[in-house]
Amino acid sequence: MQSAATGGSSLRLQARQLACERDDRLLFCDLDLEVGPGQIVRIEGPNGSGKTTLLKILSGQLGDYQGELYWDDVPMHAARDAFLANLLYLGHAPGIKGALTALENLSWHQALAGEAGDHRGRMTALAEIGLAGFEDVPCAQLSAGQQRRVALARLSLIPRLLWVLDEPFTAIDKDGVAALERRLLSHSARGGSVILTTHHDLAPLGDIRRVRLGEGGSADAAR
Amino acid sequence: MQHVERLAVTEPRGGLGVALAATLRRDLMLLMRRRSEVMNPLVFFALVITLFPLGISPDAELLATVAPGLLWVAALLATLLSLDSLFRADFEDGCLEQLLLSPQPLALLVMAKVAVHWLLTGLPLALMAPLLGITLALPAGSYGILSLSLALGTASLSLIGAIGAALTVGLARGGVLLSLLVLPLYVPVLIFGTGAVQAALLGDALAAHLAILGALLAGALMLAPWAIAASLRISING
Amino acid sequence: MWAFINKLRSPKWFYAISARLQPWFWAAAALLIAAGSIWGLAFAPADYQQGNSFRIIYVHVPAAFLAQSIFVSLAVAAVVFMVWKIKIADMAAAVMAPLGAAMTFIALFSGAVWGVPTWGTWWMWDARLTSMLILLFLYFGVIALRGAFASRDSGSRAASVLAMVGVINIPIIKYSVEWWHTLHQPATFTVTGRAAMPMEMWAPLLLMVLGFYSFFIALTLMRTRNEILRRESRKRWVRDLAGGEH
Repeated sequence: MQSAATGGSSLRLQARQLACERDDRLLFCDLDLEVGPGQIVRIEGPNGSGKTTLLKILSGQLGDYQGELYWDDVPMHAARDAFLANLLYLGHAPGIKGALTALENLSWHQALAGEAGDHRGRMTALAEIGLAGFEDVPCAQLSAGQQRRVALARLSLIPRLLWVLDEPFTAIDKDGVAALERRLLSHSARGGSVILTTHHDLAPLGDIRRVRLGEGGSADAAR
Repeated sequence: MQHVERLAVTEPRGGLGVALAATLRRDLMLLMRRRSEVMNPLVFFALVITLFPLGISPDAELLATVAPGLLWVAALLATLLSLDSLFRADFEDGCLEQLLLSPQPLALLVMAKVAVHWLLTGLPLALMAPLLGITLALPAGSYGILSLSLALGTASLSLIGAIGAALTVGLARGGVLLSLLVLPLYVPVLIFGTGAVQAALLGDALAAHLAILGALLAGALMLAPWAIAASLRISING
Repeated sequence: MWAFINKLRSPKWFYAISARLQPWFWAAAALLIAAGSIWGLAFAPADYQQGNSFRIIYVHVPAAFLAQSIFVSLAVAAVVFMVWKIKIADMAAAVMAPLGAAMTFIALFSGAVWGVPTWGTWWMWDARLTSMLILLFLYFGVIALRGAFASRDSGSRAASVLAMVGVINIPIIKYSVEWWHTLHQPATFTVTGRAAMPMEMWAPLLLMVLGFYSFFIALTLMRTRNEILRRESRKRWVRDLAGGEH
């Protein structure tokens, strides 16, 4: 089942026998998951089934789980630095400061990620995402959808192999949805991988992998 | 099918300085755009000091004896007041997650935030204290040491307080709890801070007090960042 | 050592072993405290300076010892919980904190009562009493923080961090408070005088201290067992246990 290594970007994230218990409630157990180059994995499940928790575990924010995580076949505790250098995480909250302009927000994100970044690059990225003319407006004056677009501009400004996206389609309009779908496809075509949750129908993406949570997750299913 | 350029693997690399500078600049910018947040602790400080003569007595001699303690306690409370917002905005808008997932060590990144807190709270309080000292008839000769001890001490207060702020940031009403957690830990700083000013008033040697304040700061600098980082990682998971 | 740590991972093992240990500590506590109080209250000689009022040390000193030891135990449990992820340690910490706060309160209260005959007042800003008071606030903080989180796991971790931060600070607080006290009040009469105590006085005190420690261990074992049952109530072995007893 191993994907053949092709060139540099053959890094994959693997989870083996993952289980997470929060306050005596078993969110999921025996979860195996692998995301390699070019793959898009969608985590599904009803509200409260632990989708966000799983994304937090997979992105290395939550250390409270059983099972093993591997990045590039190296156990996560040893590979953490290499993993974080290749990760782009977009959470429920967009990580955008209302008092700062779109440009200022993005330049902080770039600096934090260790990307040099320049003014022109940020302008282009904002124009691509449909925010031309809003570059110098404090983000508090933008709509929720526009703020989310500012956050999505990180996807093109900070090139990373693995995207972990928690409900990235929230609050954006039809055109934005289509653009993001295209972006996901082109990311996968370039050898990138994506793990995401969404309530959105991702028909244009074709046959993507799905991981379903919720069936075994009820508390009484504990061994 | 057209040729597509494949994504490159990103190697872990430096950039800590850039990330620190960017976070420092961003937080300074944020606070400068909401100046009232910077002003509130200072106004609070002045207000509390105004209450004391009203509550105790306008007698200059009496006020002068309690002035070092009053100034220090009021400054300490003003610092405490501003701590609750230290990580709260970042927690709510998702920036805290990004800080956590940055390839840079979290313990050092939070230092940028703590530094901004001290620059815009502790330092202004220290500079303002002599002004309020005049109103309390604080004897001449202790004004410099009042500012200096506050500047040194509030840096420790910011660091220790940030641990409490990090522990309570995920709680809806963390404010009161924050004071309960942090105030007992403030006791040594308060004792040596007021001690320095009183020693100046009595004409005693000052170096020891300042050295201990410095030692407390050094200890806090060494240990607090790790505690703050660990606490933030706990809080992010609610 | 590792075998022991691994055994600690199993609440079931701890539940069984604590059942065997518990009666011994209860018996030791009862014997030591009974012997210590009878000896201390009835037979030990009265203090030449303080008369019979000194006998309050037979409660005050053991309580003060425990108050500080329990905080250190909290921090040790916190380290064990955070480093090795051993849940028993956190359960023990959860039940020890209120006990520590109670001991601190007893030490403060007995200190205040003692103050009446010695100082003629209920409260003096004595260095030891002041440190105790701050310790009480530290306990309140740990207990309140644990309870403030909606998720018990997060509350456990947060309380653990605070216990560790607190234990580093306790010696600093103690030292600074003592320094503050000498600055403001040149050494006068201290309650627990450094003067050598005759054997007839300190022997019962030793019994009381040991008795208090046994009591603390017995009570912690008992309450940790309850905590285990509460937290593991969904596990098979607890259900079997409950089924078997009906």
